[in-house]
Formats: sequence, structure tokens, C-alpha cells
Amino acid sequence: MPTLRSHILISGDPVSLARGAEAIKGAVESELAYYALTDEVAVALSGNLRLAPEQLPAAVIYPDDVTYGPITLNDVPLIVSEHLYKGRIVDALQITTKPLTGAIVRVPAREGALFAQQRVVLARAGIINPESIEDYVAHDGYAALGHALTRMTPAQVVQEITDAGLQGRGGAGFPVGKKLNLVAKAPGEEKFVLCNADESEPGTFKDRLIIEGDPHSVLEGMLLAGYAIGARVGYIYIRGEYHLARERLEQAIRQARAMGLLGEGIFATDFTFDIHVHSGAGAYICGEESALIESFEGKRGEPRIRPPFPTTVGVWGRPTAVNNVESLANLPPIVKNGASWYRSIGTAKCPGTKVYTMLGDVNVTGLIEVPMGTTLRTVIEVYGGGMKQGKPFKLAQTGGSAGAIIDASFLDVPMDFAELAARGGGLGSGALLIAGPDTCVVDLAHVLLRFFASESCGKCVPCRIGTTRAKEILARLADARATLDDIHQLERIANNMQAAAFCGLGQAAAVPILTGLRFFRNEFVAHAEQHCLAGVCPMRGEPPAAKRRFGRKELATAA
Amino acid sequence: MTGLATAFGSGAMTNSIADLENAKAILVIGSNTTEQHPVIGTRIRRAARKGTKVILADPRAIDLANIAAIHLRHRAGTDLALLNGLAHVILKEGLEDKEFIANRTEGFETWRSTVEAYTPERVSDITGVPAQDIITAARLFATNSPATICYAMGITQHTVGHNNVLAVANLTMLTGNIGKPGGGVAPLRGQNNVQGACDVGGLPNFYTGYQRVADQGARAKFEKAWGASLSPQPGLTVGEMLNAAHDGRIKAMWIVGENIAMSDPDAAHVRAALEHLDFLVVQELFMTETAQLADVVLPAASFAEKDGTFTNTERRVQRVRKAVAPPGQARADWQIVCDVARHVVSSFKALELKGSDNLKPETWNYETPSQIMDEIASLTPSYAGISFERIETRGLQWPVPNSTHPGTPLLHTEKFSRGKGLFSPVEHQEPAELPDSTYPFTLTTGRILQHYHTGSMTRRVAGLEQLAPEERVEVNPDDAARLGLADGDWVRVSSRRGTIESRAWVTDRVGRGLVFMTFHYAEALSNVLTNTAVDPVAQSPELKVCAVSVEKATKS
Amino acid sequence: MPINLTINGKPVQAREGQTVLEVCWENHISLPTLCHHPDLTPVGACRLCVVEVEKMRGLIASCTLPATEGMVVRTETPKVVEERKFILEMLLTDHPNDCMTCESNGDCELQNAVYQYQVPWPEHKGARHNYPAGADPNPFVFTDFNKCILCTRCVRACAEIQGRNVWGVAFRGFNDRIVAGADVTMLEAGCESCGACAAYCPTGALTDKPSRGQARSYQMKKVTTTCVYCGVGCQFDLNVRSGRVVKVTSNPKAPVNGMALCVKGRYGYEFIHHPDRLTKPLVKKDGAFVETTWEEALSLIGKKFAQVKKENGADAFATLASAKATNEENYLIQKFTRVVMGTNNVDHCARL
Repeated sequence: MPTLRSHILISGDPVSLARGAEAIKGAVESELAYYALTDEVAVALSGNLRLAPEQLPAAVIYPDDVTYGPITLNDVPLIVSEHLYKGRIVDALQITTKPLTGAIVRVPAREGALFAQQRVVLARAGIINPESIEDYVAHDGYAALGHALTRMTPAQVVQEITDAGLQGRGGAGFPVGKKLNLVAKAPGEEKFVLCNADESEPGTFKDRLIIEGDPHSVLEGMLLAGYAIGARVGYIYIRGEYHLARERLEQAIRQARAMGLLGEGIFATDFTFDIHVHSGAGAYICGEESALIESFEGKRGEPRIRPPFPTTVGVWGRPTAVNNVESLANLPPIVKNGASWYRSIGTAKCPGTKVYTMLGDVNVTGLIEVPMGTTLRTVIEVYGGGMKQGKPFKLAQTGGSAGAIIDASFLDVPMDFAELAARGGGLGSGALLIAGPDTCVVDLAHVLLRFFASESCGKCVPCRIGTTRAKEILARLADARATLDDIHQLERIANNMQAAAFCGLGQAAAVPILTGLRFFRNEFVAHAEQHCLAGVCPMRGEPPAAKRRFGRKELATAA
Repeated sequence: MTGLATAFGSGAMTNSIADLENAKAILVIGSNTTEQHPVIGTRIRRAARKGTKVILADPRAIDLANIAAIHLRHRAGTDLALLNGLAHVILKEGLEDKEFIANRTEGFETWRSTVEAYTPERVSDITGVPAQDIITAARLFATNSPATICYAMGITQHTVGHNNVLAVANLTMLTGNIGKPGGGVAPLRGQNNVQGACDVGGLPNFYTGYQRVADQGARAKFEKAWGASLSPQPGLTVGEMLNAAHDGRIKAMWIVGENIAMSDPDAAHVRAALEHLDFLVVQELFMTETAQLADVVLPAASFAEKDGTFTNTERRVQRVRKAVAPPGQARADWQIVCDVARHVVSSFKALELKGSDNLKPETWNYETPSQIMDEIASLTPSYAGISFERIETRGLQWPVPNSTHPGTPLLHTEKFSRGKGLFSPVEHQEPAELPDSTYPFTLTTGRILQHYHTGSMTRRVAGLEQLAPEERVEVNPDDAARLGLADGDWVRVSSRRGTIESRAWVTDRVGRGLVFMTFHYAEALSNVLTNTAVDPVAQSPELKVCAVSVEKATKS
Repeated sequence: MPINLTINGKPVQAREGQTVLEVCWENHISLPTLCHHPDLTPVGACRLCVVEVEKMRGLIASCTLPATEGMVVRTETPKVVEERKFILEMLLTDHPNDCMTCESNGDCELQNAVYQYQVPWPEHKGARHNYPAGADPNPFVFTDFNKCILCTRCVRACAEIQGRNVWGVAFRGFNDRIVAGADVTMLEAGCESCGACAAYCPTGALTDKPSRGQARSYQMKKVTTTCVYCGVGCQFDLNVRSGRVVKVTSNPKAPVNGMALCVKGRYGYEFIHHPDRLTKPLVKKDGAFVETTWEEALSLIGKKFAQVKKENGADAFATLASAKATNEENYLIQKFTRVVMGTNNVDHCARL
């Protein structure tokens, strides 16, 4: 069998196909034949590479991890002769600028960065064909499941995950092992695994790319969780807009069933498990686990009273382990490599890696996976390619809309759940909005509160009315029609929402206000005095000095 | 009532209303509960929400059909066959409560041989219910214990009403659903105080507390207490009174708060009978159809204008309180009875009527209803412990044998009132009047949620009248198509006894060949059509089945 | 096993399954509520009953908080009071300031709480809903969703008490609105007009239509009685003002029905004061009724009844007692028939 030294993947999405991707593939094959490289380089028409339309069609060459695009038939001879034959990257054809794409950011190894990405969850994403279970299996897929089913008791699986110290990656950081243990111990014959793939936090799209890039890792994680708690059925509640991710999951489920990895008697044991996918209908609140369960059961998506928690009374009143996609995708590597391996990554309090979605005023946006404890400065400088136009860093918002607005004093804080929380921030789901001096905090808070006001389910008074009143005050502040009293009222609303709102949504809606006020109070006061320090807010209808940085539309596209 | 009395020794609801929510299965037969007893209907709906299996047996797709685990849509007048069929399946599958039958009942073996003939197939032929549904329903009823049976006029207003009730009692005893919470039989009494009116002797054969007029000991007791000699001859029932009036055997009548010219079957016959009387006194709130036929009409106080007690369907004696003064010169019925009694006794003296010497006008000087209740309690074992003082805040459920007894929410716990429960063999019998070529439809009657009985009260409430302004004869869509009827068209409904015209409601609430009407609307009165045939034991009229013709009409 | 906890420094005991709110109320510690009703499943929506609990973050709604061993609860700390004032203020920012003419004035739980916490009317410039009042044509329930605080007591009452599911919550967030069915009329949504929603409504959003403008709650005397319609035996309160029954309200202590009533029980009282009521004895002369005095009517009846007995015998007379009359009245009627007239010809419509 000949040894393949390179793979070249041609984008095979509809746009690329319309622009002649198949012809390009044919041309690549004939060029390779010309250089007698057919046995050394594999050519494939891949799925969607998730590039911007203007970059299509594109080609990715592995293991060099170089992307060319947009390319035409005329570019093919150059790419094959230079890159594949002579080993030189064709800089002119490389995708240089990366607008907000939602692609997985790969820092080319040859740059020799100090902090290479350490991939646990995304180890296979972008490398294997996500639509091929064979590829997944060839890359150690389902090895952890086989190991667990044949060599470990369910209790040992729970213990391994507990020892690994994995914390839930949906935002709250609840220990996953503890949660699985609660469900395993909860009375009841029937139990469920429920995968929360309703990723609705603006600016967050990590779960989508995990599923799209490596759907089987999520299935395997669910199988392990199911084995650990004694469930026979798992459900994936996926955000309604995630069409491709849903298709990938459904295809992966079909493949796993066909291979006997889902269904009865998995790995010739008496373990039986199946997975079903359920699409949400576009409500932010349904990312909250109890609202998600309500919605999943066909009811209005509103949070439930807790206790009882889903671990004892979940889907249809049965004990249910509700876990985020990223958390589940962490299970196979933990089970396969062991807790101590996992603990060797990240920090003592928060082991493992974290997948971040980076967006805002950095040169490279997208998805990265780094060890817990990596500082914001490293993330921006190494993975984000530095601040855009070399402007200084002003603020970051961690964790999506519900995250804290933090200032430059956080740049060198090792980022994990514990450290950020201790300093009044929060890691949240892992969205990193990076902003330079052209961003007005009041404007940003206004945009965020507009989002919360429109996504509040309306069940409890503090959130239903509080978000709207806060939004109104911020609108007045942004338009220089507010007073200092309004700032006090804004703070009062936020404090009371945080103290007594029914669920995390209402409590978290206060976070950007309170952290914004904590770190940038002067900007709010300036607005009350009819100045926008960033110079972006229209003062009493006057045209702004600069363009607003974050509009609702931009944030929505990011998600 | 006579049926349950035969089987159990007491004709009243065995359990309490709140107890319905403890039932695992509820068989509702001959009761449109959510419309006739709405608050009990909500209890059934609440129970269903919590998982109770509701088995509905009704010729019509009434509201309860929406929540029923199974709806047996039997032909009107075949309840008994259906009940026997359910019992047959339970026996055949060995689902009966053998211990209960052995320890607490008698007559089982004789009864069993009757039920053996009621195979699902045969019952299906009689009732039109698919055999498999009968089997399913029987299993649901027998395997979800405790189970309750709710029934109302749909069971009793038949010429086999008494036997229907016996069949209900048989099924209950067969499954051991007596004397335990969540079980029992719930005969839902139609009117607010029909239970109380029966309890205190408003019946021709009973004094208070079901002490028999024909029983010498009971008679002696009442003669002593009342200081008068009493007739040993049981009196006439309503139907018999009307026949007697028609024949001239009864000359004078006093009707207190009933509108029999509308509520009783064959309205033309009722009217003729009342017109034939020499002297009729009607005591009423309004100038009803019956009052119009009277020689003297006395204005009575409404429930809001007097004190007293009502006894509800679960045997609970509760206070009625005066909130406002009666209008004009209207008086409370109890005061009027005293007034009339004193005048009649005085007239006896004037006429020197023999045997009236010991009657004294001053014995009719009751001052308060409380005083009257004390007299009832002194003569009625089941009411012995009841006084206004004790029921001031919360009514008591009889029997209340003494003044410290807490009342009896659950009957027949240790033994039946008659000792052992009696299984009575009962056979299916067709209704008195069946559809034929001239009168091809079956008419069944009942009430709707928004109105009450003859409408003398509810039709004077603007909002209720707005919700349900007129009679609507329910006609099946297939029949309507054949008759050329559209929803809302006028129809002429005729029976051997009369004809009415009304709008049609084309709906599959009724099956083919069945039409339904209420008796709320004087302008389109179903009782013009209904049959006076009665049950030979209970004397209840067969209001639930008669034969009619239906044709399209043009209303000028 | 009783659960021991401390509320406002005082040791109290709770039973398994009790919420902190229930424990407080049982121990006469008053806590304001809006969305809570003891008959209905708790939802924790209004957050007015929040308390501080040691070792728990933030403020906790006591209506949904199970009492647990060792819990230390404080119900009126400055933080709690501030939260309650805030919640009430927020509600008022989207509420009409028309207590003067509001049907529920004096009987409004929002008004009571605002009064208790002395929340001033907020000067507010933001969005406010303006729904058409009285838009639903139901003859008995008046709807004014401007006054709705979205406690969902109506939704729960309809579903859990009446078993009917007419009401639901539509839209989201600030625009949440209570709707019948898929935003149709109540009757179209299968409403039985039982009025439970209005009975459970804590504000003036759902009120009884026939009694609008008739009387303030504090102007009415409540008389507990038993319903005159069917045999269920529901009890309720007749609300009387100036000698007239102007309204019927549920009496939560009613043994059979609690707060539940049907359309006739709650709204079918208009006949009491109907102009058609008979107010004087009438005798028929030449085929027409003429008014007479009680004395004349009674004399006539006395003579006629006596005459029939004398001439035709006791059994030529019959009485119909009444399933609508009281026990006492029925007793007297049968006693009269048996004792005075000497016949057992007494019956009533027992079979109808």
C-alpha cells in the first residue's frame, strides 16, 4: 500500500460546486498524474469548509494545513507544482484575511508559536471527513466506548470523569462527574441523556463546529454518559438554525446504528442505547436546561422550578443528565486516556482545554482550543493575530451576551472558571468578544440588553420588565437623553434582576450592566453628561464621530 | 334510587364527591356530568389529568368523550345489556373480586347464570358497541382499582330504570368497589335538594329517613309525634296523580315550586290533567307554565331570601341563608305552609269535619327553620345528629346518628345497610317506544350547561340567555344530509303525542338515527313529544327514549 | 419527622414537602404574594415572596423553596424589601393608574402589596401596553389585560381547577400576553364561562362582567349559602349591597367545590331581582289573574282544601313538594299533607 504524504481537499459545498469545484478536482488529479504524484497525494471533494462565499472554491492541503481560495482552474497547475511537487506555499493564493467565518482557527505550526493549540475536543475536526464513521474510527473513534463497555463498570466511568475534574462547558461549570453520579444514583428505572446543542449565546458557535466537524465524538460522549448513568436513550436538542449540524448528526446516528454502535448489544455487551435528534424553534431561553426540557416535551419554553433538578426530575419526570456538546465531546478522550492525563492539561482547579469562539477587533476570528488557564493576552496575540490595525485593547466580553465586560486588567489572568469568577468576571460558554477603543461600553450594553429584552421568556417580573426598562435607559443614555439618576436606576434594576430573577437568563442579563459599570463607569457618566468617550454614539441625534462597532445584525451573524 | 336501595339497602351516593379524584377508573354512564353536574364534571376532568381512566358510556359524544380513555357509544336504551356485557367479560377473564363477593354479597350464583348469556358479541348486536371495545372497557374498569361508577338520569329515566340501577350495583359489587375510598356508586341527583326532599319524606311511600308509610311501627311513631292518625295507604306518584286528576279522582292539588307543565313527559297530557282539577294552588317565584293553570298563585321567596338547609347528592346537609328580603309580599315556602295549614284546620272546624278535632292551628306556628330541623332530627335516625348549630360552618353527610357523630363520608364500609349486598339478575328489555317507519328517529332528552330545567330561573339571566338563546335539536350530519338540513335550519319534530319546531344543530355529537333535545325552552318543548311510560318499580318516566319523526320546516 | 428551621431568628417546624412560604404562613409570618395561590401549582413567577436564606446565593422565592433541615431564613431584610419594592415598581410601570374606577379596587392583591410596601407611583417614560379593555365578548368575564401581571393564575385555574385549558401565555418577554386558545375569543377557545379565571385573578385583569360598577368589595356583605341549581351542593357567598344580591363570589372553605363554580352558580343569580318575580298572591277570576291579599288567598285555599276533603275524601287531594325547596319546607309540606289532609299523596320531581 502506497504511503500518502498529502491530502488535498476541494470545497464541495453548493457554492463551490456551482463555481466548478468538480472541474478543479479533475484538474488537480490530472496535474498530479503529470507529476506522478497520484499515489502520494489523495484528492477529495470535501464537504463544507465553512469559508466565506467570496473565498470559494477553496482547497486545503494537509498536513501542512494551508488553505487556498478562491481558486480557479488556472490556479491548479501552480498549486500542484509549487506546493505539492516543490513543497513551497503559494502565498499569493493563500487565504490571508479571515473575516468572521466561524471556521476553526488553525495557527500554522511553522510559525512556531510558543503556545500551540492543544486539541482534545477538536482533535479530529477539520482533519477527518465528518461524514465518514470509518474516518472517525480510524482516528481512535469509539475506542473509549469499547474500553468502557468491556473493561469498566458504569461506576468506574463516573469515577474517571469525576477524577478528571471536568466541568460543564455550557457556561455554569458544574462538575460533570458529580452530575452523572447524581443521575446514576437517582431512583428510577428509566433515565435519559440529553445533549444541550441549543447554542444560542450570541457570538458562540463552538458546539456547532464540534458537531459539524466531528459529530461522532458527541455521540460517543453521549454513549459513555448513557452507560455511566444507566440510560438507554439519549436525545440531542439542537438549535433550529443548525441545519448542517443536524444533518451531520443524523447521518452519524445512521452510520453508528448500521455499525452496531447504537442499538442493542453494543460491543457484544448487554448495553443498549439509541439517540434521537430534536430541533429547537429559536428561543434563547431554551438553552437553559430546564426550559430546554420543557420545550423538548412540547411545552412553552420556560424554566422550571428547581429543586427538583433535572438529575432527579428531568425529561418526562425521569432523571436526566443534561450536558453541553463540548462537555460530552470531552468524555471519550478522558475515558480513553485517563483522568491523570486530562489533569495534566489546564489548571489545577479547571483541568482540560477550552474551546473559545473569538470575534471582534482581532485579526483572526474563529474557533480555537487552548488549555484552561491560557491568558487573554496569549489568545489575542497568538491566536487572534493581534488587535486589528494595531489598536490598543479596550475590553473583552467573555461568555457571550451574558458574559462579563472586562477591562485590560484581566489580560494576564489565567482564564478558567475559577480565576475569572474570583475577579468578578466569568468564563461562560467561551465566547470572547475582543474590542478596541472604538467600542462604546454604553452602546455595547444597549445592544446586549436589546437582545435580552427580546429573548426574555417573560415568566418572572424582574426579567420580563427589568430587561425592557434597562434597555430603555441604555437607549436614552446612548442618545444623551438620560441623567445620573437613570444610571442609578439602571444599576438598581441590574442588582435586583441578578438577585431574584427566576433563572440564569435574567440573572445573567444584569452581568454586562454591572460589569460595564464596574470597569467603565466613567463612560456611563459621560453619556449622562452628553459625551460619548468612544465617539460612536449619536448625541441627541447628532451624527456620531465614528461608526458604531457592534450592531444587532453583526452579533446575530456571528452566532 | 329504588335500585340501589334493593341492592345495598340505601339509595344514596356511597362515597363523596372529593373522593372521585382517588378513583383509578371512573365509568360514567347516563350522565353528561360536565354539563349537568359541572363541578363534579371538573372533578372527573381533574382526575383524568392525573391519570384516572375515564370510561364513558353514552349514545352521544358529550364533552367527557374528549378525555375518556374509551367511549362506548351504545344505542339509547341499551344500558343494561352493556353493563351486563361488561360484567360478563370481567367474569370470563377472572377479574372479579372473589373475596368481596364471597364475604359481602349474596345472590351471586343466580345472577352469574344470567350474565353468562351477555357475550360481547351478543351485547354488540344489542348495543351497537364493537365487541372489542366492550372487552377493553371491562378490563380498564376491573384492573384499575378503585373504580367508581357515576350515573344520572340517563340510567334511571327508562322503563327499565330500576333494573339499570341494579345492573350498576351488580357491576360495582362484582369488582369489590364498595366501602372503599375512590370506589363506590355515584347516583348524581339532578336537583339541588332532590336528595333532601326524599330524605324528609317528600315521597308517597316514605316518611322521613325512608321510614315506610306501610310499616305499622313507623306509622305509630309518626302518629305519636304528630298527634294525628295517619293513612296506612301509600300515596300516588306524580305520574299517578296526573292520571288521577285526568280521571277526576283527584280534585285539588297544591304544587310548590315545580313546573310540571314543562318538566314532565307528554306536556299536553299534563296540561289536560291540571285543567281538569277543581282547584289548583301553585306556589312559585314566577308565572310559570304551570302557574298559569292555577286558581291561586302564591308568591314564594327564593333561596336567597330564606333560611334552611339543602342536602346534596353526597348526602351533605348544608345551610341556605337569607341574604335579602323577598320582593313585595312574597313569603318563604315554610311560612306559607304554616299559613295554609292554619287556614285549612280552621276551615275544618268551620265545616265541622269529622276527625279533625285533634288538629290544632297553633301547632303550625313554627318560628324558625332551625326549629323545624330539630323536629326532623328527632324523627329521623340518619338526621338525628344534625342541627343548624352543628352545620353552621360546614355541612354534615348523613347518616349522622347522634349530636357528636362526625357524619359519614363513606357508606357500606363494614357491611351494607341491608347486611349483604344483593346481586339481582336483570335482563335487557327494549324501550317502550321504538322507532318505526312513521317515527324513524329516537329522541333522547337532557339539559345543557347554561340552563336549568324548565328555565324559569336561568332564562331570566341575560348572560345565560345570550350564551344559549334557543333550542337546537341535535341531528347527525348523515341524517341531516338525507333530510336536506343545514346547520341552523328549522325542523319539525313530531311524536305520537305532539309536534314542535326548532332549529337544528347538525353535529356528530349524536349518532345516526338519534336526535337530542333539552326541556329548557317553552317555545320548543321536548316534553310535548316524550312518552309517559314509566318504570314499574321506580315510577320514573322514560324521558330518554321515544320515537319521533324529523322533517325540515320553514319558519315564518 | 418534623423539619427544624429558623425563620427571622425564631425556630419553627415544618412537615416534609412544605415550602418555606407555607411554613411562614402557618406560623403567622406574613409574606406578600401575587402569583401564588394555595389551590394552584406554584410557579414562582412574580418573585414577590423572595427571602434571604443563609448559604444560598441571591434571593429565593419562598413559594417554590422546600423547607429543609437547618435552613436559616430571613423574610424582611433590607435587601428583600428593596427587591419587593423593585418588583412592584416594575409592575406599576406597565399598569394603568386607574384604581379609582378599577373593578378590583379594594380587592386587589397588587394594590394591597403596593400599599404595604408604600411604593410610590413611578414616573416612567418607557413602553407601556395599551390593549383594548373588554375586548372579549364573553357575557360574564370582563377582560382588561392592561391590568394583567402575568401571574398565570387564570391559566392554572382553568387547567387545574376547571380542567379546561382555555387560557395560555402567548408571545415572549415584555410582550407576553394571556390569550384564550390561539388568541381567539374565550368561547371559541372552549370556555364554559365558569369564571374561575376571574375568581383567581389577583388584579382587575379578569373580573365578573355582570357586577361591574355595582359595588366595591367593602360595600358588600357576604352571605354564605348553598347553590340552588343542581345536586352537587356547591357553596358560595352572595354579595349583598342595599338589599340586592349584586354578585356571587367563591368561598374557598366550601366543602364540596372550594373555589370552583359553574356558570349558573356564579352568574345565574339575576333571576332573584328579576321584575317578573311574583310579589302578591293572585287569584284567577273569569280566566284572568287578579291581585289579592294574603288573607283572602289563604282563606280561599283553606275553604277549598277543606271542602275537597269533606266532599271527596282525603285521597282526592295531592301535593307536590319541591326538590328546589329546603328540607324544612319539604318536611312541612309532607307533614301537612299527611297530618292535615290525611293522605300520602305527596311526591316531587325526584325522577327528573
